[in-house]
Amino acid sequence: MALEVEIRKRIGGFVLHSEFTADRGVFALLGASGSGKSLTLKCIAGIEKPDEGRIVLDGHVLFDSSKKISLPPQKRRVGYMFQDYALFPNMTVRKNVMAGMGRNPDSAAADEILRRFRISDLENRIPSELSGGQKQRVAMARIVAQKPDAILLDEPFAALDSHLKWMLEGEMKQLLESMGKPAVFVSHSRDEVYHMSSSVCCMEQGKTGETLELHEFFRNPGTRAAALLSGCKNITAVRVLDDSHIEAVDYGLVFHIGREIPKDVKYAGIRAHDISDVPGNGWDNEFRPSSAVVQEDPFEWTVYLQNPGGRVPIQWKTPKKDGKRPEVSGPFYLSSRNIMLLRE
Amino acid sequence: MEELFGVLQKADWSPLFISLKTGAVATVISFFLGIFGARKVVKAGPKVKAVADGILTLPMVLPPTVAGFILLIVFSLRRPVGQALYGTFHIKVVQTWLGCIVAATVISFPLMYRNARAAFEQIDVNLVYAARTLGMSEMRIFWTVIIPSAGPGIVSGTVLTFSRALGEYGATSMLAGNIPGRTGTISQKIAMVIQDGDYKTAGFWVLVILVIACLIIVAMNLAASKKLKHIRRY
Repeated sequence: MALEVEIRKRIGGFVLHSEFTADRGVFALLGASGSGKSLTLKCIAGIEKPDEGRIVLDGHVLFDSSKKISLPPQKRRVGYMFQDYALFPNMTVRKNVMAGMGRNPDSAAADEILRRFRISDLENRIPSELSGGQKQRVAMARIVAQKPDAILLDEPFAALDSHLKWMLEGEMKQLLESMGKPAVFVSHSRDEVYHMSSSVCCMEQGKTGETLELHEFFRNPGTRAAALLSGCKNITAVRVLDDSHIEAVDYGLVFHIGREIPKDVKYAGIRAHDISDVPGNGWDNEFRPSSAVVQEDPFEWTVYLQNPGGRVPIQWKTPKKDGKRPEVSGPFYLSSRNIMLLRE
Repeated sequence: MEELFGVLQKADWSPLFISLKTGAVATVISFFLGIFGARKVVKAGPKVKAVADGILTLPMVLPPTVAGFILLIVFSLRRPVGQALYGTFHIKVVQTWLGCIVAATVISFPLMYRNARAAFEQIDVNLVYAARTLGMSEMRIFWTVIIPSAGPGIVSGTVLTFSRALGEYGATSMLAGNIPGRTGTISQKIAMVIQDGDYKTAGFWVLVILVIACLIIVAMNLAASKKLKHIRRY
Protein backbone atom coordinates (compact mmCIF):
# COMPACT_ATOMS: atom_id res chain seq x y z
CA MET A 1 0.00 0.00 0.00
CA ALA A 2 2.24 2.76 -1.21
CA LEU A 3 2.48 5.35 -3.92
CA GLU A 4 6.01 5.77 -5.21
CA VAL A 5 6.69 8.85 -7.30
CA GLU A 6 9.89 9.88 -9.05
CA ILE A 7 9.20 12.19 -11.97
CA ARG A 8 10.71 15.05 -13.93
CA LYS A 9 8.94 17.44 -16.24
CA ARG A 10 10.02 20.65 -17.92
CA ILE A 11 7.50 23.32 -18.88
CA GLY A 12 9.26 26.31 -20.39
CA GLY A 13 11.73 27.48 -17.77
CA PHE A 14 10.04 25.58 -14.96
CA VAL A 15 11.55 22.24 -13.99
CA LEU A 16 9.55 19.81 -11.88
CA HIS A 17 11.41 17.15 -9.98
CA SER A 18 9.17 15.27 -7.56
CA GLU A 19 10.38 12.33 -5.57
CA PHE A 20 8.56 10.80 -2.63
CA THR A 21 6.78 7.73 -1.34
CA ALA A 22 3.36 8.11 0.23
CA ASP A 23 2.36 5.22 2.45
CA ARG A 24 -0.98 4.57 4.02
CA GLY A 25 -2.12 7.68 5.88
CA VAL A 26 -2.17 11.28 4.76
CA PHE A 27 0.95 12.52 3.07
CA ALA A 28 1.20 16.31 2.76
CA LEU A 29 2.91 18.20 -0.03
CA LEU A 30 3.49 21.65 1.41
CA GLY A 31 4.59 24.50 -0.82
CA ALA A 32 3.90 28.04 -1.98
CA SER A 33 1.65 28.53 -4.99
CA GLY A 34 3.49 27.82 -8.21
CA SER A 35 5.90 25.40 -6.57
CA GLY A 36 4.66 22.44 -8.60
CA LYS A 37 2.37 20.71 -6.10
CA SER A 38 -0.68 20.59 -8.34
CA LEU A 39 1.43 19.62 -11.35
CA THR A 40 2.77 16.68 -9.36
CA LEU A 41 -0.77 15.54 -8.57
CA LYS A 42 -1.80 15.94 -12.21
CA CYS A 43 1.12 13.77 -13.28
CA ILE A 44 0.13 11.07 -10.79
CA ALA A 45 -3.47 11.12 -11.99
CA GLY A 46 -2.41 10.97 -15.63
CA ILE A 47 -3.78 14.38 -16.55
CA GLU A 48 -0.27 15.62 -17.34
CA LYS A 49 2.51 13.45 -18.66
CA PRO A 50 5.98 13.67 -17.07
CA ASP A 51 9.02 13.77 -19.37
CA GLU A 52 10.68 10.95 -17.48
CA GLY A 53 10.44 8.93 -14.31
CA ARG A 54 8.26 6.33 -12.66
CA ILE A 55 4.98 6.25 -10.78
CA VAL A 56 4.07 3.02 -9.03
CA LEU A 57 0.92 2.42 -6.98
CA ASP A 58 0.75 -0.74 -4.87
CA GLY A 59 3.17 -2.44 -7.22
CA HIS A 60 1.20 -1.45 -10.35
CA VAL A 61 3.19 0.71 -12.73
CA LEU A 62 1.12 3.74 -13.71
CA PHE A 63 3.92 5.47 -15.54
CA ASP A 64 7.42 4.42 -16.52
CA SER A 65 9.25 6.43 -19.15
CA SER A 66 11.98 3.83 -19.64
CA LYS A 67 9.40 1.12 -20.41
CA LYS A 68 7.17 3.55 -22.29
CA ILE A 69 4.24 2.86 -19.98
CA SER A 70 1.71 5.60 -19.39
CA LEU A 71 -1.73 4.45 -18.35
CA PRO A 72 -4.62 6.75 -19.25
CA PRO A 73 -6.24 8.43 -16.23
CA GLN A 74 -9.25 6.14 -16.64
CA LYS A 75 -7.11 3.10 -15.83
CA ARG A 76 -5.14 4.51 -12.89
CA ARG A 77 -7.82 4.14 -10.22
CA VAL A 78 -6.75 7.35 -8.57
CA GLY A 79 -9.33 9.66 -6.99
CA TYR A 80 -8.66 13.33 -7.57
CA MET A 81 -10.26 16.13 -5.58
CA PHE A 82 -9.98 19.47 -7.32
CA GLN A 83 -9.66 22.75 -5.54
CA ASP A 84 -13.06 23.85 -6.92
CA TYR A 85 -14.35 20.24 -6.64
CA ALA A 86 -15.11 20.02 -10.40
CA LEU A 87 -18.63 18.72 -9.82
CA PHE A 88 -20.51 18.29 -13.08
CA PRO A 89 -22.79 21.36 -13.11
CA ASN A 90 -25.50 19.74 -15.22
CA MET A 91 -25.84 16.61 -13.07
CA THR A 92 -27.68 16.15 -9.81
CA VAL A 93 -25.78 15.25 -6.65
CA ARG A 94 -26.81 11.63 -7.13
CA LYS A 95 -25.62 11.52 -10.76
CA ASN A 96 -22.36 13.16 -9.75
CA VAL A 97 -21.73 10.53 -7.10
CA MET A 98 -22.59 7.76 -9.56
CA ALA A 99 -20.38 9.18 -12.32
CA GLY A 100 -17.38 7.15 -11.23
CA MET A 101 -19.23 3.90 -10.59
CA GLY A 102 -18.91 2.55 -14.11
CA ARG A 103 -21.45 1.87 -16.84
CA ASN A 104 -24.00 0.02 -14.70
CA PRO A 105 -23.89 1.68 -11.31
CA ASP A 106 -25.40 -0.10 -8.35
CA SER A 107 -28.22 2.11 -7.10
CA ALA A 108 -28.23 0.65 -3.60
CA ALA A 109 -24.49 1.25 -3.23
CA ALA A 110 -25.05 4.85 -4.29
CA ASP A 111 -27.81 5.22 -1.67
CA GLU A 112 -25.44 3.91 0.96
CA ILE A 113 -22.74 6.42 0.04
CA LEU A 114 -25.21 9.32 -0.12
CA ARG A 115 -26.33 8.38 3.39
CA ARG A 116 -22.80 8.02 4.68
CA PHE A 117 -21.91 11.51 3.50
CA ARG A 118 -25.20 12.98 4.75
CA ILE A 119 -26.22 14.16 1.29
CA SER A 120 -29.25 11.90 0.78
CA ASP A 121 -31.66 14.81 1.08
CA LEU A 122 -29.64 16.79 -1.47
CA GLU A 123 -29.58 14.01 -4.07
CA ASN A 124 -31.77 15.85 -6.58
CA ARG A 125 -30.03 19.21 -6.29
CA ILE A 126 -27.49 20.43 -8.79
CA PRO A 127 -24.09 21.74 -7.65
CA SER A 128 -24.95 25.44 -8.02
CA GLU A 129 -27.62 24.93 -5.33
CA LEU A 130 -25.11 23.64 -2.76
CA SER A 131 -22.94 25.38 -0.17
CA GLY A 132 -19.17 25.05 -0.21
CA GLY A 133 -19.10 22.41 2.51
CA GLN A 134 -21.86 20.41 0.82
CA LYS A 135 -19.98 20.54 -2.48
CA GLN A 136 -16.90 19.19 -0.76
CA ARG A 137 -18.89 16.31 0.72
CA VAL A 138 -20.34 15.47 -2.69
CA ALA A 139 -16.88 15.57 -4.27
CA MET A 140 -15.54 13.27 -1.56
CA ALA A 141 -18.52 10.94 -1.90
CA ARG A 142 -17.92 10.79 -5.64
CA ILE A 143 -14.31 9.74 -5.02
CA VAL A 144 -15.23 7.13 -2.41
CA ALA A 145 -17.90 5.71 -4.74
CA GLN A 146 -15.25 5.26 -7.38
CA LYS A 147 -13.28 2.93 -5.02
CA PRO A 148 -9.86 4.37 -5.81
CA ASP A 149 -6.50 2.85 -4.85
CA ALA A 150 -5.11 6.27 -3.94
CA ILE A 151 -6.57 9.70 -3.29
CA LEU A 152 -5.14 13.03 -4.37
CA LEU A 153 -6.45 16.21 -2.78
CA ASP A 154 -5.56 19.56 -4.34
CA GLU A 155 -6.10 22.33 -1.76
CA PRO A 156 -9.51 20.93 -0.79
CA PHE A 157 -10.16 23.60 1.84
CA ALA A 158 -9.15 26.66 -0.18
CA ALA A 159 -12.73 27.42 -1.22
CA LEU A 160 -14.25 27.17 2.27
CA ASP A 161 -15.06 29.65 5.01
CA SER A 162 -12.56 29.39 7.83
CA HIS A 163 -15.12 28.87 10.60
CA LEU A 164 -16.27 25.66 8.91
CA LYS A 165 -12.86 24.38 8.08
CA TRP A 166 -11.85 22.77 11.37
CA MET A 167 -14.87 20.48 11.31
CA LEU A 168 -14.37 19.40 7.71
CA GLU A 169 -10.67 18.89 8.29
CA GLY A 170 -11.43 16.51 11.12
CA GLU A 171 -14.00 14.59 9.09
CA MET A 172 -11.73 14.35 6.08
CA LYS A 173 -8.77 13.17 8.12
CA GLN A 174 -10.85 10.45 9.74
CA LEU A 175 -12.26 9.34 6.42
CA LEU A 176 -8.89 9.19 4.69
CA GLU A 177 -7.36 7.24 7.54
CA SER A 178 -10.27 4.80 7.64
CA MET A 179 -9.91 4.10 3.92
CA GLY A 180 -6.36 2.85 4.42
CA LYS A 181 -5.19 4.04 0.99
CA PRO A 182 -2.31 6.37 0.24
CA ALA A 183 -3.58 9.95 0.21
CA VAL A 184 -1.58 12.91 -1.04
CA PHE A 185 -2.77 16.21 0.36
CA VAL A 186 -1.57 19.40 -1.31
CA SER A 187 -1.65 22.63 0.62
CA HIS A 188 0.13 25.91 1.14
CA SER A 189 -1.14 26.21 4.71
CA ARG A 190 0.94 24.76 7.53
CA ASP A 191 -2.13 24.73 9.79
CA GLU A 192 -4.09 22.52 7.38
CA VAL A 193 -1.08 20.26 7.02
CA TYR A 194 -0.75 20.02 10.79
CA HIS A 195 -4.43 19.13 11.18
CA MET A 196 -4.60 16.66 8.32
CA SER A 197 -1.44 14.75 7.71
CA SER A 198 0.99 12.33 9.27
CA SER A 199 4.02 13.03 7.10
CA VAL A 200 5.17 16.13 5.26
CA CYS A 201 7.27 16.84 2.22
CA CYS A 202 8.10 20.40 1.21
CA MET A 203 8.13 21.62 -2.33
CA GLU A 204 10.08 24.60 -3.53
CA GLN A 205 10.48 25.78 -7.13
CA GLY A 206 9.50 22.43 -8.54
CA LYS A 207 11.66 20.31 -6.25
CA THR A 208 10.54 18.11 -3.40
CA GLY A 209 12.61 17.90 -0.24
CA GLU A 210 12.90 15.02 2.18
CA THR A 211 9.82 13.49 3.75
CA LEU A 212 9.49 14.01 7.50
CA GLU A 213 7.11 12.76 10.15
CA LEU A 214 4.64 15.55 10.97
CA HIS A 215 5.89 16.52 14.43
CA GLU A 216 9.50 16.09 13.44
CA PHE A 217 8.83 18.46 10.54
CA PHE A 218 7.69 21.23 12.85
CA ARG A 219 10.40 20.51 15.41
CA ASN A 220 13.27 20.27 12.98
CA PRO A 221 12.35 21.12 9.39
CA GLY A 222 15.90 20.57 8.17
CA THR A 223 16.16 23.21 5.46
CA ARG A 224 15.65 26.93 5.28
CA ALA A 225 12.80 26.57 2.78
CA ALA A 226 11.03 23.98 4.92
CA ALA A 227 11.42 26.15 8.02
CA LEU A 228 9.80 29.09 6.21
CA LEU A 229 6.92 26.87 5.06
CA SER A 230 6.49 25.54 8.57
CA GLY A 231 5.84 29.12 9.65
CA CYS A 232 9.15 29.95 11.28
CA LYS A 233 9.39 33.74 11.56
CA ASN A 234 13.06 34.18 12.46
CA ILE A 235 15.66 32.78 10.12
CA THR A 236 19.24 33.97 10.11
CA ALA A 237 22.39 33.07 8.25
CA VAL A 238 24.93 31.52 10.63
CA ARG A 239 28.64 31.01 10.96
CA VAL A 240 29.78 28.01 12.97
CA LEU A 241 32.25 29.27 15.57
CA ASP A 242 33.19 26.08 17.40
CA ASP A 243 31.70 22.77 18.61
CA SER A 244 28.88 24.41 20.46
CA HIS A 245 28.53 28.01 19.30
CA ILE A 246 27.17 29.69 16.20
CA GLU A 247 27.10 33.31 15.20
CA ALA A 248 23.65 34.45 14.07
CA VAL A 249 24.93 36.87 11.44
CA ASP A 250 21.68 38.73 10.80
CA TYR A 251 21.05 39.38 14.50
CA GLY A 252 24.60 40.13 15.57
CA LEU A 253 24.34 37.47 18.30
CA VAL A 254 26.25 34.38 19.34
CA PHE A 255 24.12 31.40 20.41
CA HIS A 256 25.15 28.50 22.55
CA ILE A 257 23.86 25.30 20.91
CA GLY A 258 24.82 22.56 23.37
CA ARG A 259 24.67 19.74 20.86
CA GLU A 260 26.65 18.57 17.91
CA ILE A 261 26.48 21.02 15.01
CA PRO A 262 26.33 19.33 11.60
CA LYS A 263 28.84 20.61 9.06
CA ASP A 264 26.32 21.70 6.44
CA VAL A 265 24.43 24.10 8.72
CA LYS A 266 23.96 27.43 6.96
CA TYR A 267 20.97 28.94 8.77
CA ALA A 268 19.26 28.89 12.12
CA GLY A 269 15.56 29.26 12.79
CA ILE A 270 13.82 30.48 15.93
CA ARG A 271 10.05 30.38 16.33
CA ALA A 272 8.52 33.64 17.53
CA HIS A 273 6.73 31.83 20.37
CA ASP A 274 9.93 30.20 21.66
CA ILE A 275 11.35 33.47 23.00
CA SER A 276 10.47 34.70 26.46
CA ASP A 277 11.12 37.72 28.64
CA VAL A 278 11.22 35.51 31.75
CA PRO A 279 13.90 32.85 32.16
CA GLY A 280 12.83 29.21 32.13
CA ASN A 281 14.58 26.01 33.08
CA GLY A 282 17.47 25.36 30.71
CA TRP A 283 16.96 28.54 28.73
CA ASP A 284 20.65 28.90 28.09
CA ASN A 285 20.74 31.85 25.69
CA GLU A 286 20.17 35.44 26.61
CA PHE A 287 20.19 38.66 24.66
CA ARG A 288 19.48 42.32 25.29
CA PRO A 289 17.78 44.17 22.45
CA SER A 290 18.61 47.84 22.16
CA SER A 291 15.21 48.84 20.80
CA ALA A 292 11.86 47.31 19.95
CA VAL A 293 8.76 47.95 17.87
CA VAL A 294 5.50 46.63 19.31
CA GLN A 295 2.68 45.65 16.96
CA GLU A 296 -0.78 44.78 18.17
CA ASP A 297 -2.46 41.72 16.66
CA PRO A 298 -6.02 40.59 17.48
CA PHE A 299 -5.01 38.16 20.21
CA GLU A 300 -1.30 38.60 20.75
CA TRP A 301 1.50 41.08 20.63
CA THR A 302 4.20 40.88 18.00
CA VAL A 303 7.39 42.58 19.09
CA TYR A 304 10.33 43.25 16.81
CA LEU A 305 13.49 43.13 18.91
CA GLN A 306 16.47 44.94 17.44
CA ASN A 307 19.90 43.91 18.72
CA PRO A 308 22.85 46.31 18.81
CA GLY A 309 24.84 44.59 16.06
CA GLY A 310 21.85 43.19 14.15
CA ARG A 311 20.77 43.81 10.58
CA VAL A 312 17.18 42.62 11.09
CA PRO A 313 15.05 42.41 14.24
CA ILE A 314 13.95 39.16 15.92
CA GLN A 315 10.22 38.59 15.99
CA TRP A 316 8.68 37.71 19.37
CA LYS A 317 5.06 36.75 19.88
CA THR A 318 3.46 36.88 23.29
CA PRO A 319 -0.21 36.44 24.27
CA LYS A 320 -2.33 39.39 25.37
CA LYS A 321 -2.85 38.29 28.95
CA ASP A 322 -4.02 41.42 30.69
CA GLY A 323 -4.14 43.76 27.73
CA LYS A 324 -1.01 45.51 28.91
CA ARG A 325 1.48 46.48 26.23
CA PRO A 326 4.62 44.38 26.73
CA GLU A 327 7.61 46.31 28.03
CA VAL A 328 10.97 45.73 26.50
CA SER A 329 13.57 46.57 29.07
CA GLY A 330 15.27 43.49 30.45
CA PRO A 331 16.95 40.57 28.73
CA PHE A 332 15.23 37.91 26.61
CA TYR A 333 15.72 34.18 26.96
CA LEU A 334 15.87 31.34 24.50
CA SER A 335 16.56 27.63 24.95
CA SER A 336 19.20 26.10 22.71
CA ARG A 337 16.78 23.18 22.20
CA ASN A 338 14.51 25.57 20.32
CA ILE A 339 17.15 26.77 17.91
CA MET A 340 16.59 24.89 14.66
CA LEU A 341 19.74 24.24 12.68
CA LEU A 342 19.03 24.43 8.97
CA ARG A 343 20.68 23.47 5.74
CA GLU A 344 20.46 25.46 2.53
CA MET B 1 -57.46 42.88 -45.36
CA GLU B 2 -59.42 41.39 -48.22
CA GLU B 3 -56.41 41.85 -50.42
CA LEU B 4 -54.28 39.85 -48.02
CA PHE B 5 -56.93 37.15 -47.90
CA GLY B 6 -56.92 36.98 -51.66
CA VAL B 7 -53.18 36.57 -51.73
CA LEU B 8 -53.41 33.84 -49.11
CA GLN B 9 -55.98 31.91 -51.15
CA LYS B 10 -54.12 32.15 -54.39
CA ALA B 11 -50.75 31.60 -52.77
CA ASP B 12 -48.47 28.86 -53.94
CA TRP B 13 -47.07 27.52 -50.65
CA SER B 14 -44.21 25.61 -52.24
CA PRO B 15 -41.52 28.26 -51.37
CA LEU B 16 -42.39 27.83 -47.69
CA PHE B 17 -41.97 24.07 -47.75
CA ILE B 18 -38.82 24.22 -49.86
CA SER B 19 -37.29 26.76 -47.47
CA LEU B 20 -38.28 24.81 -44.34
CA LYS B 21 -37.02 21.52 -45.73
CA THR B 22 -33.77 23.07 -46.91
CA GLY B 23 -33.27 24.85 -43.59
CA ALA B 24 -33.95 21.71 -41.56
CA VAL B 25 -31.67 19.43 -43.56
CA ALA B 26 -28.87 22.02 -43.74
CA THR B 27 -29.13 22.60 -39.98
CA VAL B 28 -28.86 18.90 -39.18
CA ILE B 29 -25.79 18.53 -41.42
CA SER B 30 -24.17 21.73 -40.09
CA PHE B 31 -24.95 20.68 -36.51
CA PHE B 32 -22.90 17.49 -36.70
CA LEU B 33 -20.20 18.82 -39.01
CA GLY B 34 -19.89 22.02 -36.97
CA ILE B 35 -19.52 20.18 -33.67
CA PHE B 36 -17.10 17.71 -35.22
CA GLY B 37 -15.02 20.51 -36.79
CA ALA B 38 -15.05 22.55 -33.58
CA ARG B 39 -13.85 19.54 -31.56
CA LYS B 40 -10.99 18.91 -33.94
CA VAL B 41 -9.95 22.56 -34.07
CA VAL B 42 -10.08 22.99 -30.28
CA LYS B 43 -7.79 19.98 -29.85
CA ALA B 44 -5.38 20.96 -32.67
CA GLY B 45 -2.03 22.68 -32.28
CA PRO B 46 -1.80 26.44 -32.78
CA LYS B 47 -0.67 26.37 -36.45
CA VAL B 48 -3.17 23.80 -37.64
CA LYS B 49 -5.77 25.68 -35.62
CA ALA B 50 -5.09 28.98 -37.38
CA VAL B 51 -5.31 27.50 -40.88
CA ALA B 52 -8.24 25.16 -40.23
CA ASP B 53 -10.21 27.88 -38.49
CA GLY B 54 -9.63 30.20 -41.44
CA ILE B 55 -10.91 27.67 -43.96
CA LEU B 56 -13.94 26.71 -41.89
CA THR B 57 -14.91 30.33 -41.26
CA LEU B 58 -14.36 31.46 -44.84
CA PRO B 59 -17.94 30.93 -46.11
CA MET B 60 -19.17 33.41 -43.50
CA VAL B 61 -16.70 36.08 -44.55
CA LEU B 62 -17.11 35.69 -48.30
CA PRO B 63 -20.05 37.34 -50.06
CA PRO B 64 -22.61 34.54 -50.66
CA THR B 65 -22.39 35.10 -54.41
CA VAL B 66 -18.66 34.37 -54.30
CA ALA B 67 -19.31 31.17 -52.34
CA GLY B 68 -22.06 30.34 -54.84
CA PHE B 69 -19.69 30.93 -57.74
CA ILE B 70 -17.08 28.58 -56.24
CA LEU B 71 -19.73 25.91 -55.58
CA LEU B 72 -21.03 26.28 -59.10
CA ILE B 73 -17.54 25.76 -60.52
CA VAL B 74 -16.96 22.71 -58.29
CA PHE B 75 -20.26 20.97 -58.97
CA SER B 76 -20.71 21.98 -62.62
CA LEU B 77 -21.44 18.98 -64.82
CA ARG B 78 -18.70 20.18 -67.14
CA ARG B 79 -16.02 19.82 -64.46
CA PRO B 80 -14.37 16.81 -62.75
CA VAL B 81 -16.17 16.79 -59.38
CA GLY B 82 -19.59 17.36 -60.87
CA GLN B 83 -18.93 14.81 -63.61
CA ALA B 84 -17.67 12.20 -61.13
CA LEU B 85 -20.72 12.67 -58.90
CA TYR B 86 -23.08 12.36 -61.83
CA GLY B 87 -21.14 9.51 -63.42
CA THR B 88 -20.84 7.28 -60.35
CA PHE B 89 -23.86 8.17 -58.18
CA HIS B 90 -26.10 9.88 -60.70
CA ILE B 91 -26.15 12.87 -58.37
CA LYS B 92 -26.80 16.31 -59.77
CA VAL B 93 -26.22 19.35 -57.56
CA VAL B 94 -26.58 22.27 -59.93
CA GLN B 95 -30.17 23.40 -60.51
CA THR B 96 -31.60 20.85 -58.04
CA TRP B 97 -32.96 20.81 -54.48
CA LEU B 98 -29.69 19.17 -53.45
CA GLY B 99 -28.05 22.38 -54.61
CA CYS B 100 -30.28 24.34 -52.21
CA ILE B 101 -29.08 22.11 -49.39
CA VAL B 102 -25.41 22.31 -50.34
CA ALA B 103 -25.54 26.09 -50.63
CA ALA B 104 -27.46 26.56 -47.37
CA THR B 105 -25.17 24.14 -45.53
CA VAL B 106 -21.96 25.74 -46.71
CA ILE B 107 -23.16 29.24 -45.88
CA SER B 108 -24.65 28.36 -42.47
CA PHE B 109 -21.93 25.96 -41.35
CA PRO B 110 -19.52 28.62 -39.95
CA LEU B 111 -22.23 29.86 -37.56
CA MET B 112 -22.56 26.41 -36.04
CA TYR B 113 -18.84 25.79 -36.04
CA ARG B 114 -17.94 29.16 -34.48
CA ASN B 115 -20.53 28.92 -31.74
CA ALA B 116 -19.65 25.32 -30.93
CA ARG B 117 -15.98 26.17 -30.83
CA ALA B 118 -16.52 29.12 -28.47
CA ALA B 119 -18.67 26.86 -26.29
CA PHE B 120 -16.04 24.13 -26.14
CA GLU B 121 -13.29 26.58 -25.38
CA GLN B 122 -15.05 28.01 -22.33
CA ILE B 123 -15.59 24.58 -20.77
CA ASP B 124 -13.84 24.15 -17.44
CA VAL B 125 -11.03 21.71 -18.30
CA ASN B 126 -11.08 20.41 -14.74
CA LEU B 127 -14.49 18.89 -15.45
CA VAL B 128 -12.98 16.84 -18.25
CA TYR B 129 -9.98 15.90 -16.10
CA ALA B 130 -12.26 14.92 -13.23
CA ALA B 131 -14.35 12.79 -15.56
CA ARG B 132 -11.22 11.02 -16.78
CA THR B 133 -9.96 10.25 -13.28
CA LEU B 134 -13.44 8.89 -12.53
CA GLY B 135 -12.90 6.34 -15.27
CA MET B 136 -15.45 7.73 -17.74
CA SER B 137 -14.73 6.87 -21.38
CA GLU B 138 -13.91 9.74 -23.76
CA MET B 139 -17.18 9.09 -25.59
CA ARG B 140 -19.22 9.25 -22.41
CA ILE B 141 -17.36 12.39 -21.33
CA PHE B 142 -18.23 14.03 -24.62
CA TRP B 143 -21.95 13.32 -24.42
CA THR B 144 -22.54 13.70 -20.68
CA VAL B 145 -20.03 16.37 -19.64
CA ILE B 146 -18.90 18.42 -22.62
CA ILE B 147 -22.11 18.69 -24.62
CA PRO B 148 -24.29 19.72 -21.63
CA SER B 149 -21.70 22.28 -20.50
CA ALA B 150 -21.44 23.63 -24.01
CA GLY B 151 -25.25 23.62 -24.22
CA PRO B 152 -26.02 27.33 -24.50
CA GLY B 153 -23.42 27.90 -27.20
CA ILE B 154 -24.59 24.91 -29.18
CA VAL B 155 -28.25 25.88 -28.90
CA SER B 156 -27.59 29.43 -30.04
CA GLY B 157 -25.37 28.11 -32.83
CA THR B 158 -28.20 25.86 -33.98
CA VAL B 159 -30.74 28.69 -33.92
CA LEU B 160 -28.48 30.95 -35.93
CA THR B 161 -27.63 28.16 -38.36
CA PHE B 162 -31.26 27.42 -39.00
CA SER B 163 -32.21 31.06 -39.48
CA ARG B 164 -29.31 31.57 -41.84
CA ALA B 165 -30.04 28.40 -43.81
CA LEU B 166 -33.73 29.26 -44.00
CA GLY B 167 -33.12 32.63 -45.61
CA GLU B 168 -30.05 31.83 -47.74
CA TYR B 169 -30.29 33.64 -51.05
CA GLY B 170 -27.03 34.47 -52.84
CA ALA B 171 -25.29 31.11 -53.07
CA THR B 172 -28.58 29.25 -53.49
CA SER B 173 -29.64 31.34 -56.47
CA MET B 174 -26.32 30.69 -58.17
CA LEU B 175 -26.05 26.97 -57.44
CA ALA B 176 -29.64 25.79 -57.38
CA GLY B 177 -31.30 28.50 -59.38
CA ASN B 178 -34.91 29.52 -58.88
CA ILE B 179 -37.06 26.74 -60.30
CA PRO B 180 -40.58 27.20 -58.89
CA GLY B 181 -41.74 24.15 -56.97
CA ARG B 182 -38.23 22.64 -56.87
CA THR B 183 -35.59 25.12 -55.84
CA GLY B 184 -37.66 28.27 -55.40
CA THR B 185 -37.13 29.26 -51.77
CA ILE B 186 -38.91 32.12 -50.03
CA SER B 187 -35.94 34.49 -50.40
CA GLN B 188 -35.77 33.79 -54.11
CA LYS B 189 -39.50 34.21 -54.45
CA ILE B 190 -39.32 37.62 -52.78
CA ALA B 191 -36.49 38.74 -55.05
CA MET B 192 -38.35 37.51 -58.12
CA VAL B 193 -41.71 39.12 -57.44
CA ILE B 194 -40.04 42.41 -56.47
CA GLN B 195 -38.50 42.49 -59.92
CA ASP B 196 -42.00 42.24 -61.33
CA GLY B 197 -43.12 45.07 -59.04
CA ASP B 198 -45.48 42.73 -57.13
CA TYR B 199 -45.05 44.23 -53.69
CA LYS B 200 -48.13 42.53 -52.28
CA THR B 201 -46.80 39.02 -52.78
CA ALA B 202 -43.36 40.10 -51.62
CA GLY B 203 -44.88 41.61 -48.46
CA PHE B 204 -46.77 38.40 -47.79
CA TRP B 205 -43.63 36.27 -47.94
CA VAL B 206 -41.71 38.78 -45.85
CA LEU B 207 -44.43 38.39 -43.23
CA VAL B 208 -44.12 34.59 -43.38
CA ILE B 209 -40.34 34.77 -42.85
CA LEU B 210 -40.79 37.17 -39.93
CA VAL B 211 -43.30 34.90 -38.22
CA ILE B 212 -41.15 31.80 -38.66
CA ALA B 213 -38.02 33.57 -37.41
CA CYS B 214 -39.81 34.87 -34.30
CA LEU B 215 -41.35 31.49 -33.53
CA ILE B 216 -38.10 29.60 -33.84
CA ILE B 217 -36.12 31.95 -31.66
CA VAL B 218 -38.75 32.10 -28.92
CA ALA B 219 -39.20 28.33 -28.95
CA MET B 220 -35.48 27.66 -28.80
CA ASN B 221 -35.00 30.14 -25.96
CA LEU B 222 -37.80 28.51 -23.97
CA ALA B 223 -36.35 25.05 -24.52
CA ALA B 224 -32.91 26.27 -23.56
CA SER B 225 -34.02 27.98 -20.36
CA LYS B 226 -35.56 24.73 -19.12
CA LYS B 227 -32.69 22.44 -20.00
CA LEU B 228 -29.96 24.77 -18.81
CA LYS B 229 -31.00 25.24 -15.24
CA HIS B 230 -27.38 24.91 -14.11
CA ILE B 231 -26.26 28.02 -15.98
CA ARG B 232 -26.42 30.88 -13.53
CA ARG B 233 -28.45 33.94 -14.37
CA TYR B 234 -26.88 37.28 -13.62
